[in-house]
This record gives sequence, C-alpha cells and structure tokens, in this order.
Amino acid sequence: MIEISHIHKTFSEKGNRVEAVQDVSLHIAKGQIYGIIGNSGAGKSTLVRCLNLLEVPDSGEIRIGEQRLSMKNGRACHAETGAPLTEREQSRLRRSIGMIFQHFNLLDRSTVFENIAYPLRYTGMSRKEISDRVDELLALVNLQDKRGAYPAQLSGGQKQRVAIARALASRPQILLSDEATSALDPDATESILNLLRNLNEQLGLTIVLITHEMAVIKTIAERVAVMENGRVVEEGEVYDVFARPREEITKRFVASASALSRIQKLMDEDSPMVRTRPGDLLVKLTFTRESVGEAAISAISQKFGIAVNIVLASVEELRGVALGGLIAIFTGDPAQIQGAVSYLENSKVEVEVLRRG
Amino acid sequence: MDEWLKTVMPNVVAYKSRFLTSLQQTFQMMLWSGLIAFAIGLLLGILLTVTRKDGIRPNAIVYRLVDLVVNVFRAIPFVILLIFLIPFTRWLTGTAIGVKGALVPLVFGCVPFYTRQVEAALASVEPGKIEAARAMGSGIFGLIFRVYLHEAVPDLIRVTTITLISLIGLTTMAGAVGAGGIGSFAINYGQNQNHQDIVNVCVIILLVFVSLLQLIGNGLARRTTNHHLLSKESK
Repeated sequence: MIEISHIHKTFSEKGNRVEAVQDVSLHIAKGQIYGIIGNSGAGKSTLVRCLNLLEVPDSGEIRIGEQRLSMKNGRACHAETGAPLTEREQSRLRRSIGMIFQHFNLLDRSTVFENIAYPLRYTGMSRKEISDRVDELLALVNLQDKRGAYPAQLSGGQKQRVAIARALASRPQILLSDEATSALDPDATESILNLLRNLNEQLGLTIVLITHEMAVIKTIAERVAVMENGRVVEEGEVYDVFARPREEITKRFVASASALSRIQKLMDEDSPMVRTRPGDLLVKLTFTRESVGEAAISAISQKFGIAVNIVLASVEELRGVALGGLIAIFTGDPAQIQGAVSYLENSKVEVEVLRRG
Repeated sequence: MDEWLKTVMPNVVAYKSRFLTSLQQTFQMMLWSGLIAFAIGLLLGILLTVTRKDGIRPNAIVYRLVDLVVNVFRAIPFVILLIFLIPFTRWLTGTAIGVKGALVPLVFGCVPFYTRQVEAALASVEPGKIEAARAMGSGIFGLIFRVYLHEAVPDLIRVTTITLISLIGLTTMAGAVGAGGIGSFAINYGQNQNHQDIVNVCVIILLVFVSLLQLIGNGLARRTTNHHLLSKESK
C-alpha cells in the first residue's frame, strides 16, 4: 500500500540544519496497522507528513497505492514522467489519505455536522448526499446524538471521534494518526484505539500511527518502526520487537510498557526483594510464542532441584499472542542452576542474567 | 421641548441645519472610508498572513513590501498625513476638501492600523486547523475563506469595531482641515465662536456614537462565538 524509499528531509532555520528524516525506507502493507514510535524530535511527525505531502521530502521515492512519486528539488513529481504534481493532483492525493491529530484540530465555530461535512463540500455532492454521508459517518463513530453540537461541548474522546469521521469522509484507504491519543485520558484512549481497530477490520483501512507511547503500539499495531534522530533504527513485527528488542532505545520503549520495568528500580534501591546470596542467580526470563505454553518453571525446579523465587511476572497479549515475562531468583547448587539455564534456553525461553549473587 | 432646547443649547438650535449637515457629513465619511478601508485592510491583512514565512504561500518579497508600506503609513501622524496627501487626493478625486477630499487621507490613515489588526486576528487561528484543512485537500482559497476567515469572525468583528471607533477620531481631525463633519462643526462654530454648548453637544454625540458602535460590535462578536465557549468565558 505504502512504500517509502530513501526519504530525506532537512529543515534549515537561520543556518541551523536539522536533518529531520534521514534515509528512511519502509513498507506498509494494505490493511495493516503500522506504528512508528520515537521520542519528540525523532522525526516521526515529519515522516508521516511526507506521506500526504504536508511536507515534501528533499529526495527519495514514495509509492501510495498505484501512484509513484519521486522527489526532486523540493517538489513531488510523478516517478514515470518526472512532471511535478499539479495543485489539483496534490489535493486529490491528500483527499485519498485521512489524517487525525493530537489536538483534534476541529473548527470551533462549526458544528459536528459541519466539521464532518468539510471535506465533502465543493466536491460536486448535493446537500442531500452530504447530509446522508455525514449521518453514515456519525453512526460509524457512534456520535449520532452530537450532530448539532459544537466541539467545545464535547469531551476529548468525542472530539477525536469527530476528527476520525471527518478524516474518513472522502473514503480514504489510508489513515494517518499523529499522536491521536496523546491528549486523551486512559478510558478515551482505549475507546479511540478500539475504534481504530474496528475501522481497520471493517473497512480494511490501512493505519499509520505515530506515538511516543509503547502501550499504544502494544495495544493496536502489527508492525512497528522505532525512530531516533531522523532514522529508523529498528523495525519489525510488534511481537518480535517486544520479545527481542535490539537497540537501546527500543529496550527503553519496551520497558516503559512492561510491568517488569520496575526491576531496575528495585535493583538500584537494593530492595530485599531482589537481594541475592552467594551462588544465587537473578534472571529475567522471556517466554515467547514458542515457549509460552510450557510449564518450564516447575520443570526446572523438579529436574534440577533448585528453588525458583519469583520477583515479578507479567503476561501480555499482543494481538492474541501471549508474551510472558518473569523475573526470578534461582537458588541452589551452581552446577544445577547452570543446567536449568541451559534447559530453559533449549526450550526457547530467553534468559537474561541480571545479577550473580 | 423647543423652548427647553433653546435654553440648554441655544447655539446648537441656532445653527441647527449646519449641525445636521455636519452629522450627515460625518456619517458619509465613516461609511465610505470605512467600507473602503475594510476591503483594503482585510485584503492586506490576508496577504500578510498568507505570505509570511510560516504562511500558506510564503513570499518574502510581497510580505516585506506590504509590511514596509504599512509600517511607514502607521508611523506618520494623521494630521501630517492629511496635508502630505493633499496633492495625491487632488489628483485622484479632483478636490482636497469636503467629504470627498477627506476619503483618501481617512483610508490611508485607517488601513495600516486595520491591516495589523486583521493580521493579529488571523494569527490567532490555530495552525493545527490550517494543517488539518490542508490534509483534507483544501487549496489556498479554501484555507482563507473556510478556515482563517471563518474561524476568526468574532475576532475580526472586534478589531473592526476598534478600527471604526478610531476612524471617528480621524474624521474629526479631518474636519479640522476642511473636511466638514462634526469635528469641524465643533471647531468652527463651537470653539472659534466661543459657543461652549456646541462643543458639549458634539462631545455627547460622539460619546453616544462610540458607545453604540462598541455595543453593536460586542453583541455581534458574542453572537458569532459559539454559545458553549461563551458560557465558559463568563464563568
């Protein structure tokens, strides 16, 4: 659906060059929910704005559906002919991609109806057609009773629903979500993420979602790209990235969304919960889809005769697949402990030794 | 009634027809210079907004040019502007006196102020709204009319009211150099002939006029802001 190849975007402000996006290539499949995560300033906002040409990349190629665009001299051109896109073509491209924002960006002086009708006006649709389409959209986001309300009368979650209806008005196949839940409370965040997932399933909508919260990625995305300093430093299935983060920044993001992240604090504080005696081993075990069903803990305590003292444990469900994490202290004969670790590794459990007693 | 008026403002009654004419002249000046300044100021305010560096069609040359002209004319005191513009006014309208002669300096005196006010009103429209409209495929005219002007209506009404009130001040100054109107009536028949009642009545009329404008402006601004926002403000 979307293919980004070697996109660069540099801003220069008063002699300061900011390389917002550097050599980014991504492939986003049709019907996918694709997450892009990074801290503020990582370039994710710029990258997503390159997709609907709110920002025109300095160089690189973008394919959206059938349309291939190559960037030349700060202009988007047809890759085949090299001719720059006309205003009209650019407008049509933008209409084919919906976008929602952190602060909703609704027109305050327009009713919910008028906000949703905005992209439909001046497109040759009759009043009746527009009104019917808006009602359809209101039903889609479950806001039928707010037709005549003003944005100021709505809660944050409701405003974002209006924004989603507006973004989908011209039936785009792609929805870009720029931190759409970052200004919402946890309940509203959950309901908006559920709505996005439903839209993805019902309409086959491809969603590109940028966020700085790993919890959002965990809840909804299938694939994720991690951005840092304008580059994509890690990319893959959300499950794999959670199970085996490679880069330091990815590890930090994963930890931020995991109940096990408390271990670092416990270790720093030298909490009695993690205090080890000589010969003990403090380990972190990760049970991925290959090993999650197995009764590994009881197996090792029986087989090797060691005591397993569980400190922290969590089981996450990532799009229906379980991912388990366990932090435990192994106590017993060192050779037996070593045997238990090998046994776990052979059972496809990831073992990370946090501290040797 | 007539008797009473004669006792409290004998000279106003004596110069009744001139007084009414001066009122009419003031209204004419307000109406025409107001309309023209409204159109030009709105246009220039939009032009500045659109062409500024982070605007929707940045154009440094146009922006700097308009910015410079606005600054220059704002820097010239109005009384000086009046006499400075006399040759230009004469060339354009054939006369430099009367209501017709006053229109040119009034417009020149009013437009720079109004342009800045419009620019500020449009600048208060959140950039996110513009971005959202761009993402929905709106072109430059869609952005100007459907977002900038639409969202800024209450602010635009407020700044237009302020500008009209300051325009009243300008018309009275124009009166001092031969434009007629209530200002020149107050000076020529009130101050110069030492008829204090004429000056007093002129002051009262102007006060009423200003208050009326302010009242209408506030009312319109209030009505165009959506109700819920208003109730929040008043809490």
